[in-house]
Formats: sequence, C-alpha cells, structure tokens
Amino acid sequence: MLVGALRTLKARLVGRRGPRPWQPYADLKKLLAKEAVVSTTTSWVFRATPYVLVATLLVTALIVPVATVRPPLAFAGNIILLVYLFLLGTFFLALAGLDAGSAFGGMGSSREVAVAALAEPTVIVAVFALALRADTIDLGRIVERFGGEPWLAANPAHLLAFAAFFIVMLAETGRLPVDNPSTHLELTMIHEAMVLEYSGRYLALVEWAAAMKLFLFMTLLANLFVPWGLTEPTGPGAVLRGLLALAGKLAVLTMAVAVLETAVAKLRLFRVPELLAGSFALAFLSLMAVFLVR
Amino acid sequence: MTRLAYGLVALFGVAAAGLGGYGVLGGAGTLRLAWLVPLGGLELTLDPLGGLFLGLIGFTAVPASVYAMGYPDGGGRGRFAYVVFVVAMCLVPLAANAMTFVIAWELMSLASYFLVLHDRESKESIRAAWIYAVMTHAGLACLLAGMLLLGADVGSLRFADWREAAPALGPTTRNAAFLLLALGFAGKAGVIPLHVWLPLAHPAAPSHVSALMSGVMIKLGVYGLLRASFDWLGTGPPWWGAALLIAGAVSSVIGVLYALVEHDLKRLLAFHSIENIGIILLGIGSAALYQIAGLDALALLGLVAALYHTVNHAAFKALLFLGAGAVVHATGTRNMEAMGGLIKRMPWTAACFLVGSAAIAALPPLNGFVSEWLTFLALFQNTRLDAVGQNLIFTLGIASLALTGGLAMACFVKAFGITFLALPRSDAAARAHEASPMMRLAMLALAAACVALGLGPTLVVPAFGSVAAALLRTAPQATGGDWLTLRVSGEFASLSTAAIAIALAASLLVPLVAFRILGASRQTRPYETWGCGRIVQTARMEYTATAFANPFKRVFDFFYRPTKRLDIEFHPESRFFVERIEYENPTRSIFDDWLYRPALNLLHAGARAVGTLQSGSANQYLAYILAALLLMLVFA
Repeated sequence: MLVGALRTLKARLVGRRGPRPWQPYADLKKLLAKEAVVSTTTSWVFRATPYVLVATLLVTALIVPVATVRPPLAFAGNIILLVYLFLLGTFFLALAGLDAGSAFGGMGSSREVAVAALAEPTVIVAVFALALRADTIDLGRIVERFGGEPWLAANPAHLLAFAAFFIVMLAETGRLPVDNPSTHLELTMIHEAMVLEYSGRYLALVEWAAAMKLFLFMTLLANLFVPWGLTEPTGPGAVLRGLLALAGKLAVLTMAVAVLETAVAKLRLFRVPELLAGSFALAFLSLMAVFLVR
Repeated sequence: MTRLAYGLVALFGVAAAGLGGYGVLGGAGTLRLAWLVPLGGLELTLDPLGGLFLGLIGFTAVPASVYAMGYPDGGGRGRFAYVVFVVAMCLVPLAANAMTFVIAWELMSLASYFLVLHDRESKESIRAAWIYAVMTHAGLACLLAGMLLLGADVGSLRFADWREAAPALGPTTRNAAFLLLALGFAGKAGVIPLHVWLPLAHPAAPSHVSALMSGVMIKLGVYGLLRASFDWLGTGPPWWGAALLIAGAVSSVIGVLYALVEHDLKRLLAFHSIENIGIILLGIGSAALYQIAGLDALALLGLVAALYHTVNHAAFKALLFLGAGAVVHATGTRNMEAMGGLIKRMPWTAACFLVGSAAIAALPPLNGFVSEWLTFLALFQNTRLDAVGQNLIFTLGIASLALTGGLAMACFVKAFGITFLALPRSDAAARAHEASPMMRLAMLALAAACVALGLGPTLVVPAFGSVAAALLRTAPQATGGDWLTLRVSGEFASLSTAAIAIALAASLLVPLVAFRILGASRQTRPYETWGCGRIVQTARMEYTATAFANPFKRVFDFFYRPTKRLDIEFHPESRFFVERIEYENPTRSIFDDWLYRPALNLLHAGARAVGTLQSGSANQYLAYILAALLLMLVFA
C-alpha cells in the first residue's frame, strides 16, 4: 500500500496521473497466478530464500511497536535483534542473487551487502542515542518513555538521530538517492538486480517483503521519533487510536519521501558510502549531544 | 595406527571436556610433582576459568580428531605433533606456576610449528612456519620477561602467591608486568598489529589442525589476557581496560576488512579469527573498565559476553575450517575463484558450512548472535560510567562492533556464495566429491553445537556467570529471566532466541498457507538463467569473488591502498580484437609497510652496527674481555 501510494504521489508530483495506490496488490495477485521460472543453475538456497525473507519480516513485524507500545514478541528481542533479522534477510537474498550465476545477481548482491554493512553502524548508534535517554533498549519502552515526556524529544540529539535514521531508511529500503526502485537498467540498480531471476509466486514474496520492509522502517522511524498516539494495549480502542496515529504519521513521511525522490537524482554507487558516512556522523553527533547535555 | 592415535586424542578430548565441566561447576583439585620440573615443580590446579578453557579444548578436539580419522590418505604425518599439541594445550589452563605454564606454552607452540610445517615442499609453508616461529618466540620472550619481573618482585613463581601479593605491588612493576604479559598473550591471540603470523600459519596446517589453532589455541591467548588483567595482577588502572577495548575495536574491524578482500578460503577464515578475537576483547575491555569503576554487575556482563563468544567462536570456526578442509580436499585448491557449484556435489558440507557462516555473521537465532548481543549490551551501559573519555571509547567499540557485524555478513555471503553456489568455475570443482562419513559426522556435531548454543543461552549463561564471578571474586548474578528469556540488567533488555526460532519456523509456513488461500499457481518451470539473450551461460560469466569485494575495496581504499595493473595484448591486425587481458588489483598491508618493514630494517641496521665489533681479530676480542672485566669491577 505504501509503495503504491509513494508511486502515485511521485507521479502526481512530476505531473503524471500515475497508477492507483493499490496497484501493488494487483501486481501481487497477477504474479501469484503466474508460473515460476527457476534457473537450472540454482540450488535449494534460491527457492528457500523468499520464504526465509518473508519469515524474517513477519517476525520483525511482531517486534516493532506498530499500534501499541507492547508488540507481541517484545520480550524476545529488541533493536539489535531487529537489525540482525534484517541482516538475515539480506544474507539469504544476497546468496540467492549469486545462486543463479548471472553477473546481474552477483552485482546486485555485492552492492546490497555493501550498503547494508555500511548502514548498520548508523542504525545501532542512532538507536543507542535514543536508548541512552530512555534508559532501555526495548523499542516499546523507548516509545512509551518519549510519549510520556514529550519535552524529552525536543532535543538536538533527537533531531540528529532522526536525520541519521532517515538516511539509513532510504538506503536500507532501496529508495532514491541510494537505489532506484523503478529502474531496470543494470548499471543503476541494486535490489532489482539481485532479485532479477525471481518470477511468479517467488517474486510475489520478494516484492511483498520489500514493501513490508519499507513499511516497518517507516513505522519505526515514525513511532520512535514521534511517539505520540501509542499507548498500552488496553482494548480495541487504544489499538485503533494507535493505528490512526500511525496512518497520519506515515502519510506525512510518505509525502516527504515522495518529494525527496522527485527532487534528487540517484547518487553514483561510490558516492553512497559518503552519504552513509554522513548519516553515521549525524548519529555520532547525536550521541555526543547526549553525553554532553547530560 | 594413525586412526588409533586420533581416536585416542578424541577420547582424551572427552576426558578433558568432562574434567573442564567439573571445574566450571565448581570442582577444584591440585596436582603437584615437585621432582618433575625445576624451579617449583610441576603444579596443576583446576579452577572455574581454567576448567572452562580445558573443557573448550576437549570439546573442540573431539570433532577435530574424528574428522582427522575420516580424512582419506595423509593425516599420518604429524600425528605425533598433533597428540603433543592437544595435550600441551590442555596443560596450559591448568598450570599453577610460571614454570609449568611456560613449558606447556612452549610445547604447544613447538608442536603447532611442526604442524604448520606440514607441507615441507612448499615455500609458502616454510615461510609461514618461519614467521610463526619468530612471532611466537617474540611473544614468549615478552611473557618470560613479564613473569620473571612479577616473580622477582613477589618472590615466588606460583600464581596463587601473585594473586595475594599483586595489589600491594608498586604501580611501575604492575604496569610493566601488564604491558609485557599483555603483549605476549595478545601476540598469541592474534590481536592487531601482532596478527601477521596468523593468516599465514593457520591455512598452512592441515584443516583439523587449523580448526584447533583457530578455535582453541588463540583462545589460550585470551585465557592469558583474562588471567593477567583480572587474576594475577588484580584490579589495574583504567588504561588497561581502555587499551584492551581499543585493541578489540581495531582488531575486529581490520580483521574483517582483510577477510573481505581475501579469496583464499582458509586465509579468509583465519582473518575472521582476528575479527572474533577483537569482539572477545571488546567484552573483556569493557569488563575491566567496569570493574575498575566498581560496577561489578556490568563487569560480570562484559565477561560473560566475552566467555560466551570465546566458546561460540570455537564452535563455528572449527566447523568452518573443517568444512573448508573438506572443500579443499575435494577440489585441490584453496582459491575461491576456482570453486562454485559445490552445493550440488557436497550437500552435507554445504549445509554445515551455511550454518557456520550464518553463526559467524551473527545472524539470529544462532550462537554468534547471542554473544554479540551480550557484547552490545555490555557496551551500551557505559552511561553508568561518569567519564566522558571512557564513554567515547565505548562508543567507538559499539560502532566498530556494528560495522564488523555488517561486514562479516557481507564476507560470508561471498565465502558461501562464491564457493558453493552457481556453476563450478573449474574442472576440479565440477568433479568434487562429498566428504567421508567421519568428516561429515564431525561437521554435523559442530553445526548442532552452534544451533544449541544459540537456542539455549538461558542454560549456558549461568555457567559462564559463575566462572566470571569466580574470576572477579563477586557474587554470580549477571542475568535473570526464566528458561525461555534471557533478561539483562533488570528492565534494560531481554532476548529469547528460542521464541525467535519458533516464530521464524512458524512464519516460514505463512506463505504456503497464503498461497493456498489465494489460489496461487503451483507450477514451476526449470529454465536457464536469463543472460540478456546470450546463447550460452558459462561459469566465466559469473560474478567473481574479486568483483564481489570490489565495492568494499573502493570504499575503504584509504585502508587497502590497492595498486592497479592492467596489461592488454591486442591482436596485431586490429586493436578491436584482444588476445589477452591481465588485470591485477592487489592490496597492500599497512602493517607490513609501516610497522614490520621499518622494524625489520631497524633490526638489520642494528645488527650491522653491532657486527662491526666482530672483526675476527683475537687481539681485539681479548681487549673486549679486559674492558668487560674492568667495567664489572667498577660497577660491582
């Protein structure tokens, strides 16, 4: 849904009418009905990967505080687990990219893992800056703490961490200026090159997983840094309120990403590390701010 | 005969693991044979820390020996050295005085030297063994100096006496002893910049020995560091902890960076050992800093993380080396660029190697993740320290651990993907064969250990907690929670890998159910890989390991300082037909260029300068003797 809305918004911004926001669901339905073509070069790793990928995202969805501050699997892990679950998905996807033996897949894998590896320190340090001020690294509790004391969020450390995390979100979910989700030109693509060999139901899973990852990252960004509206899961009303608040926050964020994607061009691949280094610097500054303002 | 020897070592390993387990659970014992060794006699003591490392050695020696039993041909040569190696390693954590320790240490080093020199024909092996011998003896010299310094000041060579007397010693002696001991042990552990021998020596030895060297022997360096910084010398000044933490951060990042551009499978694994030692040191360093600040609960957490990672690394690194050994045996090369497609020919080895790769890349829910998670938590809580300088060092540790995690993942995508997936890149790889049943058994056991250590942290962490508490001399209380969930520092964080594993397994079924409900097509058509319309797909069109690592080479070029050489030979008729292209893009080691070469040059220059004394004239030598005698009389 978010992917569709983003595409629609982008199209509107450049003056096209664009597809309807629910177009991705139609795409998925069509993909599911098609037969899957699997390369003879591949092994079981290639066929297992979409399932593993979807599984990692389903589990992360149970850890991220989406509508309430008590996600169902919160006891089982926290932000570090979240980051490494995303890495687990990337690990398998990159292996699958190599499995077909085509140069595209390898190129995509190589670039994807490079971006993922360089983005990781930023996520950890940015969240650490937040965790320090909330005194826990449990995601739900961070949200709760900041939701309870809004003045805590009005702090340079918070803003810097937000900026750092935003850049990482763009990189991790393959948006401009790091990767271009709508290209199929081999020299510019990262994620698309890696999943080039997938088709039919496997492609449906991979596409769904990519959209889900975008949703989860945006939710994380929205709820961690703008924590209002989320409460304890006291009843359906609280959950509904949380969802509504989330929808509002996501609408703003989607708008921002769409404007950004329309306004900036894709960076050359080897400029991406500079961007990520910049985001790391922001995260680090945020941490410094925590230590110094303390 | 050969099999018998390895079988006996396996049994010995079981016994050592049992004795070690007994020690971890609080069992103690002492064995003294005063007549056997000069200067204090042979003295062995079992305590929790020693028991843990003894158990670790036994636990790794069993699969390594079983693997060696199944190793077709070879394995015969070096079996004596192998037996000595394992027994000497077992003696090191039990040694209770300096003499016993040094003898066991040296036996272990010498035996491993002969094992590194396994392939006596190859120049590379000889060079590796030579560098190993030099580095290990430089380390031994540091250790001896440190131990003699302590021994002379305390007036005893027994470790128990050092423990008593250390807090009362002067700061100069303690600092000097710490520096010397830490240098010696860090050299054995392969901490950067003392790592140069490691990536040369480990690959040169046979694979079951590499597994032991990487999995266990370098851990004895960690053991020594733990002993030196927590036990023998008592609580030290903050710079000890800070030095360990910084060494850990540097080793972890640089180790994995070197591994990324390495395409020799076994050398790649050896570089990862450096990385993992770095991660262990992050835990130890944080524990030292917390202990100095009086935060015993946090010190315990850091130490538990370090010990857990030590055990985990032994499990997955031994597994990976055994897997690499099977691959090298099957293809006859260590070069990843000549492998590929092995998953179809060696499915068991590939599956085990995949488990090991995921574990070392710290992917949940395997064991590497749990110990890195604990290390993260130990580093995260540095806000309890009220010193901005130390906080900064901790932050450096956090960032480097996160970067290491990402890069290790990238590196093992390369290692597994290029070695096992896609099409075979050489005839040897196309004709590869599966490992023998014994070898498979050894690998499967280690893979099972990786999974078990990942899923059952709640069972093993209390054991590590009691070992760490005994070392720190505090009450054993690091973590809480029930059998399912590990809880750290009250409400700070919790983890349940078992729940994650169950959730992941259940989620794997979700798409299958969804397919059925949505009526998805179940047809699959095998077809060749899409190749932009090219007619044939060959292995030459695959992405290579070099290409895979290239983005990293470009990003970190300030560190790798790659040199480029492109050599094209055109057809004499036209420049549009190329006959031959040669492309080289090697990296240069900054440690070789900036540390070891100048140091060696200095040594050579010094030797030449001293060499002028040696003129060959007997008269002059007599004059030296006279001068020396006079000097001694003056000063005495």
